[in-house]
Amino acid sequence: MFEKALTGSKKYWAWIIFLLVVIAVGFMAYLRQYNYGLGLTGMSRDVSWGLYIAQFTFLVGVAASAVMLVTPYYLHDFKKFGKMVILGEFLAISAVIMCILFIFVDVGQPMRILNVLLYPQLHSVMFYDMCVLVGYLVINFVVGWTTLGAERKGIPAPKWVRPIIILSIPWAFSIHTVTAFLYAGLPGRAFWMTAIMAARFLASAFAAGPSLLILLVLIVRKVSKFDADPPGVGAIQSLVKIIRYAMIANVFFYICEVFTAFYSNVPEEMAPFKYAFVGLDGHASLVPFMWTATILAFLGIALLVLPTRKNKVLLPIALLSVFFANWIDKGIVLIIAGFVPNSFGRVTEYFPTMNEISIVVGVYAIGILILTILYKVAVSVRTQNDQ
Amino acid sequence: MSINRRQFLRRAGMVTALGLGGSFVITGFRGKKVEAASEYETSKQGLKAKHWTMVVDMSKFKTEEDFKRVTESCVSIHNIPDFGNPKDEVKWIWKDDYEHTFSGGENEYLTEEFKKLPFTIMCNHCEHPPCVKACPTGATFKREDGIVAMDFHRCIGCRFCMGACPFGARSFNYRDPRPFIKKIDPDFPTRTPGVVEKCVFCVERLADGLMPACVEASNGGLIFGDLDDPNSEVRKIISTKYTIRRKVELGTQPSVYYLIGGGEHV
Amino acid sequence: MYKGGKIIASLILFVAFLSIPFFYNMGKVNAGPENLQASISQLDGQQCVESADYMRSNHMQLLNKWRQSDVRDGKTVYVNSQGKSFDISLQSCLECHATQATKNTVGVNNPALKTSDQFCVSCHNYASVKPTCWSCHAGPEGAPK
Repeated sequence: MFEKALTGSKKYWAWIIFLLVVIAVGFMAYLRQYNYGLGLTGMSRDVSWGLYIAQFTFLVGVAASAVMLVTPYYLHDFKKFGKMVILGEFLAISAVIMCILFIFVDVGQPMRILNVLLYPQLHSVMFYDMCVLVGYLVINFVVGWTTLGAERKGIPAPKWVRPIIILSIPWAFSIHTVTAFLYAGLPGRAFWMTAIMAARFLASAFAAGPSLLILLVLIVRKVSKFDADPPGVGAIQSLVKIIRYAMIANVFFYICEVFTAFYSNVPEEMAPFKYAFVGLDGHASLVPFMWTATILAFLGIALLVLPTRKNKVLLPIALLSVFFANWIDKGIVLIIAGFVPNSFGRVTEYFPTMNEISIVVGVYAIGILILTILYKVAVSVRTQNDQ
Repeated sequence: MSINRRQFLRRAGMVTALGLGGSFVITGFRGKKVEAASEYETSKQGLKAKHWTMVVDMSKFKTEEDFKRVTESCVSIHNIPDFGNPKDEVKWIWKDDYEHTFSGGENEYLTEEFKKLPFTIMCNHCEHPPCVKACPTGATFKREDGIVAMDFHRCIGCRFCMGACPFGARSFNYRDPRPFIKKIDPDFPTRTPGVVEKCVFCVERLADGLMPACVEASNGGLIFGDLDDPNSEVRKIISTKYTIRRKVELGTQPSVYYLIGGGEHV
Repeated sequence: MYKGGKIIASLILFVAFLSIPFFYNMGKVNAGPENLQASISQLDGQQCVESADYMRSNHMQLLNKWRQSDVRDGKTVYVNSQGKSFDISLQSCLECHATQATKNTVGVNNPALKTSDQFCVSCHNYASVKPTCWSCHAGPEGAPK
């Protein structure tokens, strides 16, 4: 099936070449970091995780969100998602690969990374996170490729895939739960040590991931003949409902956090929130981000609750708002504010460097390249069958 | 000369399997892994304990010189670099003021003098170390004598331990430390960029029968011994005098105690 | 065979490409590292921690075991098969294997390859293995800078 990715229009190839150029720039930046060390990033003794781990955390959510299509379609026989589900699975594949790459560019000794397998530590959440991520990648690849392959031949998917599909449902929940446990189990990091972390992660994932997916469906509709939500089906509007409730739950969970911190009046609990929303000890670099996220979150919810959700122009705006609200919350603020204040009650700020940002953009470009290729294959198979 | 794709793949697979198998057979013949009849032992002069513990007698740390002597003794034998900036900073033992060392219990009426009272800080060698739990490779681990040690060979530099440590005791080598070490001591390794490091209670000196370098340099300000031994000095101080530890509420059970009031030892 | 000519031509090109190093180095045969035992036997008929034969084929595994024992198990003494004890440390190796100690230049014959007269370095260079020991430990040339 892969050969379908090797034929395409001029625009397709221009896009691929553009991505390759971005990847090359990112790769050069990574080589610099590889030779010099992580000192080329903005990370420090006090803020020892930065953009890389934050992107990883956010993208695990995007990967997990495929389950919001898989569960209704395969478990509840909800036919509306029939054409969209493959796009969700392929989005998950590309997101997991980006997750793995973000971990890889974040470690100080990448050549030793297999030590995690060579000396597995059953008490480390990191070990389980690696297992579930790799497992999820394999599951989605097997399921996506087999079902699409069967579709190409016009035969039903083989029977053995179904148990794997069912397995992918709890597995999707597990990847984001385990990722939340990375943070929620650390003593002394008040911002992270909260029982609601995994629930918050899942809620934000099920809002941001499907938002991105609908946006992708709209793009695919524009650039190809394939429409994952043909007129009369209403798959997008069904997914919008899921996004709406997930986002409301996410904001609700966040408000629970803020209430607990401020009503209890425990200084360590309040400090990171203060840092994110109003600044702490004169340091306020996250404040504009956090307020942007807050406004976008409420704007997104409003647009998705009101009839505006059916408007062709306003729907993408609503989805973009939800997506970026979550991206700022999880892909920037959550990790950085977790380190503020540090173990000594001092504030150290973190500003990513250009080299670091180039690497982040490069990894995203790899993910988008993989996504483009997978979508090209899926779309080619579908349009070929339609004719 | 007409084989179809399936046959071709099958034959190619068989040839590959044969080749790989053959190479194993050949290396199997060549590799002579004779075990030498040897043993590994602990050193005879080595100091042993069940729970190494440090008591910091703050009354013995009066001048800037007292702190400097202790820190310097560690820096010189452990090849600790000085980058001159807090971002890349590596430190094993250092000082900070009361207000920040014991952050959380703010008492706004304390005099400035009290708030700024300096304390010696190092890894707490917790009984339940969160860093060890976090480490995905076992590069940081707890020894039987209670010391939380580092295996620099194994560290992949994921910095999970730095997030897990509630005491800010861990440093990461953000860049090559060698050019920033004043004078390299050949008896202790420098570190490679990309690994985490911290105080290890001088395990290498304990094995040679020596007390940790900071203890030797402290003129009695640092008392080191076995908390499990009822007759040890640390045990006597901790059981009869007023000592405090950092962030006990987290339940990690630090093994570094700060003796307040000081005076004569037991 | 379908497109047989093209396939065979590409295969030939592929093999030619892979074998470039062999042709490139043809005729430049150099002698192997010689006389590696000489330095240690100068020390009054001593041997290394184990027999030369054993060390030659197993020193990497032995060093790994030393590392495990010293760093992780806290057992810092190695008792060899003859009952003799050694401190586990790379410095123990260098006591005999550093050039200053042996006053002997052992190495490989090919001057192009002989970038160092140090025991470990010269042989590793010859065999083109690049262990990372010296990026942290003080090597046979003494403490870096």
